[in-house]
Amino acid sequence: MKPVAFSHTLPDSVVEATRLAAGGVDVKIIGGGQSLGPMLNLRLARPEALVDVAALNDLRRIADTGSHVEIGATIRHAEIEDGAVPDPIPGMLRHVAGGIAYRAVRNKGTIGGSLCHADPAADWVSAMTALDATLVIAGQDGSTREVPMTRFMEGAYRTSLEPGEVLCTIRIPKCGADARWGYYKICRKVGEFADAIAATVIDPERRYCRVVFGAASGAPLVARDLALSLAETGSAAPQDEVKDALLTLDPALDSIKCHQLAVAYARCLAEAMPND
Amino acid sequence: MQGGASVSTGIGERVPRKEDKRLLNGQAKFVGDLKFPRQWEAAFVRSPIAHGRIRAVTKPDDATDRVFTAADLADVLPIQAESSLPGYKGSDFYPLARDKVRFVGECVAICIAPTRAEAEDIAERVALDLDPLPPVMDAILARDPDSTLLHENWGDNLFVTTHFNEGIDAARAAADVVIEREYSTARQCMTPMEGKGTLSYWDDKTGQLVVYTSTQVPHLIRSGISQFLQIDQGEVRVIAPDVGGGFGYKCVLQPEELSVSWVARKTGRPIRWTEDRREHLVAGANTRQHHYRITAYADKRGRILGVDADITVDVGAFSVWPFTACLEAAQAGGNLPGPYAFPGYRCTTYSVATNKPPFTPYRGVARPGVCFAMELTIDAVARAVDREPAEVRKENLVPAEAMPFTNVTKKFYDSGDYPGSVTEAQKAIDLAAFRPRQEQALAEGKYLGIGFSTFTEQSAHGTKVFAAWGLPLVPGYEQAMVKLTPSGSVEVRSGNHSFGQGLETTLAQVASEWLTVPVERIAVTMGDTGMTPYSTGAYASRGMVMAGGAVSKAAEVLAGRIRKHAAHLLQCQPDDVTLKDGHAHAGAASVSFADIGRAWYLRPDQLPDDVDTAGLEVTEGYKPEIDSGVFTYATHAAIVEVDIDTGHVEILDYVVFEDCGRRVNPMILEGQTYGGAAQGIGTALFEEVLYDANGQPLTSTLADYILPGPAELPNFRLSHKETLSPYTRHGMKGVGEGGAIAPGGAIINAVNDALRPLEVELNQIPATPARVLGAVLKARAAEGTAS
Repeated sequence: MKPVAFSHTLPDSVVEATRLAAGGVDVKIIGGGQSLGPMLNLRLARPEALVDVAALNDLRRIADTGSHVEIGATIRHAEIEDGAVPDPIPGMLRHVAGGIAYRAVRNKGTIGGSLCHADPAADWVSAMTALDATLVIAGQDGSTREVPMTRFMEGAYRTSLEPGEVLCTIRIPKCGADARWGYYKICRKVGEFADAIAATVIDPERRYCRVVFGAASGAPLVARDLALSLAETGSAAPQDEVKDALLTLDPALDSIKCHQLAVAYARCLAEAMPND
Repeated sequence: MQGGASVSTGIGERVPRKEDKRLLNGQAKFVGDLKFPRQWEAAFVRSPIAHGRIRAVTKPDDATDRVFTAADLADVLPIQAESSLPGYKGSDFYPLARDKVRFVGECVAICIAPTRAEAEDIAERVALDLDPLPPVMDAILARDPDSTLLHENWGDNLFVTTHFNEGIDAARAAADVVIEREYSTARQCMTPMEGKGTLSYWDDKTGQLVVYTSTQVPHLIRSGISQFLQIDQGEVRVIAPDVGGGFGYKCVLQPEELSVSWVARKTGRPIRWTEDRREHLVAGANTRQHHYRITAYADKRGRILGVDADITVDVGAFSVWPFTACLEAAQAGGNLPGPYAFPGYRCTTYSVATNKPPFTPYRGVARPGVCFAMELTIDAVARAVDREPAEVRKENLVPAEAMPFTNVTKKFYDSGDYPGSVTEAQKAIDLAAFRPRQEQALAEGKYLGIGFSTFTEQSAHGTKVFAAWGLPLVPGYEQAMVKLTPSGSVEVRSGNHSFGQGLETTLAQVASEWLTVPVERIAVTMGDTGMTPYSTGAYASRGMVMAGGAVSKAAEVLAGRIRKHAAHLLQCQPDDVTLKDGHAHAGAASVSFADIGRAWYLRPDQLPDDVDTAGLEVTEGYKPEIDSGVFTYATHAAIVEVDIDTGHVEILDYVVFEDCGRRVNPMILEGQTYGGAAQGIGTALFEEVLYDANGQPLTSTLADYILPGPAELPNFRLSHKETLSPYTRHGMKGVGEGGAIAPGGAIINAVNDALRPLEVELNQIPATPARVLGAVLKARAAEGTAS
């Protein structure tokens, strides 16, 4: 379990990182290395060159713009868990970050790395979809483009990132004072990848309600009908309706997975609206 | 016992472990820490398919001198672990596959380079031309006469079939209640923290192949390397350095040990191979997989009259040396009745060859499987007669007044109160308070259950037992050396080995008991065949009874000699001398052990002419008075909550009541039981090697092969009693394996108790969330159909 030989470069700027990343098909960008590291050791990833962005200051900025919270792509899970990032909605980011794998992984792993790796069972892809985050991506010529999270992840381990592009910032809209959230995942054991994730954000001030399911087969599932029903009734749909909605979104779900997702949704809503 | 009472580090004391200073401070030396001049690393080319004929293995043109195949190792014999059981069919386990590959992960070629990464680069470029054959992945289907064969010359896929029958017809005829069940246990990996590792070099000075290897059985490995590499035993020295866990995985000769040693001898270089986690999870997926078909006959009260069983063991491709492909089934068939007294028993065991890694005995050896099957059967009988399972269990166990007791399979239970262990566990977990709590929880939609599991742990079984199992190597007298140094400190040497069990400390405690020297001044050397007397090593929960017994015997003799030397120095009779705090006392006078040592080694002029010429160094051999083993027993009890919406099982409480005779170090014993029970919980709820239809392993990383972590383990509550064995030194019994045996039975009985209102019964482990949820959903669907 030793990786193939590769070069390891530490660029000085995002522009240099994008230039290096465009250098060939066998280039991989590495942040905290918590997903790429094992894949290198298993020789599932066999890059000729690694461009290491973990130490780039430009990717470690945190800002509150008034309307949004901005998180640099290489901010680590542990930093979010410890409250280094302002809350777009009270407590949600810290809760999600604290539930990722183990502290040792959180100490190294980055939010941007996790999003770019695009594992369907990972936490940030679902949480950022629920929060309607936008990703700011740098291209080679110094330009940037913005992609909403709902269009960023295209499938399991697939994103809309082009060769030579580097994810810089995650921009999350701030929620109103009476906003609520729920995030529930079902795992084999503490620290394992999830078998089922349900995430909900309800923000009456912005007239925003989203229901997201993760750990299915690909990108997080956004259940618009369930969100509408939730916004209208203020309570969970019956389990059979949730399962029907899930199967409409992803007909390939097996009965156990579908059930787990429906249970996760009920528990996620119980968290979001504990008094109901 | 001579002088023992005054010593604070003798038998029965919670002495902190001597080895922990280096183990806990990163100062231990494992195979992976060793570095010799000119050392290279090895990587193996392993079979990517489960079953196939080898058409060609082609070395890269630029690395022909760095790659070795079966053709190169022509003078190496295949590992053959013959069994003398009637009808046994042997396998030729070549260290590098020849003609056929028989499991994913089987070694095909060994590649060497200055670093492991470079060796892996070479390994990737070795071309395998394989002609795939249909894989044989299901041990039940493999018994079918039309099945594809692993070893064509056998005519079937059975290493051996055994039959036992006593009184089953009478049981059947008299039964009021008949219970039929099928049970199965998953294939597992043992996952020691340190995987396997081996490093060999040729020492020109001694004319020896020196093999550092991560093993539990260094002297056995020496015999194995000598036998299969065809070199004299005198030309092999095996050293087991610090070993980071074994559990049985490291008690057999591994093909890699032969290949690495052969290449080291061939190239004149130190060569090391360190198993990585993926290699372990693929090629080390070698244990626990059983299938049971059981019919139990009982009377109206649930007293079992007889058990009829078919046991299938999924052995994998080859027979491991020296424990063979038959040990598991022999143990399963012999131990299924376990602590129960029923008179009728019929059992057929099938040891089936499949395209999986070769079965290796894992902590508990077959008993986690038979205990699971028997304990679930007891609860099924109790449910059928509508009685409390703990009560039915007690009525079926061997009663204390019947001890010593010979059971239906002729196991000789030496001592103990088996029903009493259930009573104690019942009290500890408070069964009486649980039933109303369970009822109330159910009213709130929560599914709580309680489960019990009782077992015997045969330990330190000896010569006749192993001979009866048909093994090629049989343990006899265990040797140990104990020596007084000129400083008055003590050296102990044992050919057994410590790989986490604390034997370095407990052997010192035994010596301390006789010699009154604190363990800090007792150095224990183990694991090096060049430095220690012969021992077959550490397995079968034998270390403490056997090596401890041998150290005890040698230390007792040494104490006598010390008294004799002291008598001369003190001008009195040896019988007047007592030992205390590292001094010999006679009345008010005393001499220190240092004075006694100095006189023998440095100032022999102070000793009389008729001095005992054997000196202050004693080697003794020991085995218990009986070969049949001494039986530790225990009852585990668990309370669980089953989340019927997710299938998750949470262990709310877990108690163990255990009787292992004299406890040498209660703290170490508790650690052993915690660790064993944690592994048993892995067996019950988490660990499972999975394959696809082509025999490809699906669980080759620790993200897929799930081990329990600290958050999944309960706070074990332990209690003990000490019924001394009448047949061993100090009344000790072995205890190393016990913790791992019972959790499957206790936890699944608790799950089934919890799910009884839903009429759900699980008979397969691990009880994963998907499996539990699937059973619940199925029951609900059936209920929906019915109504």
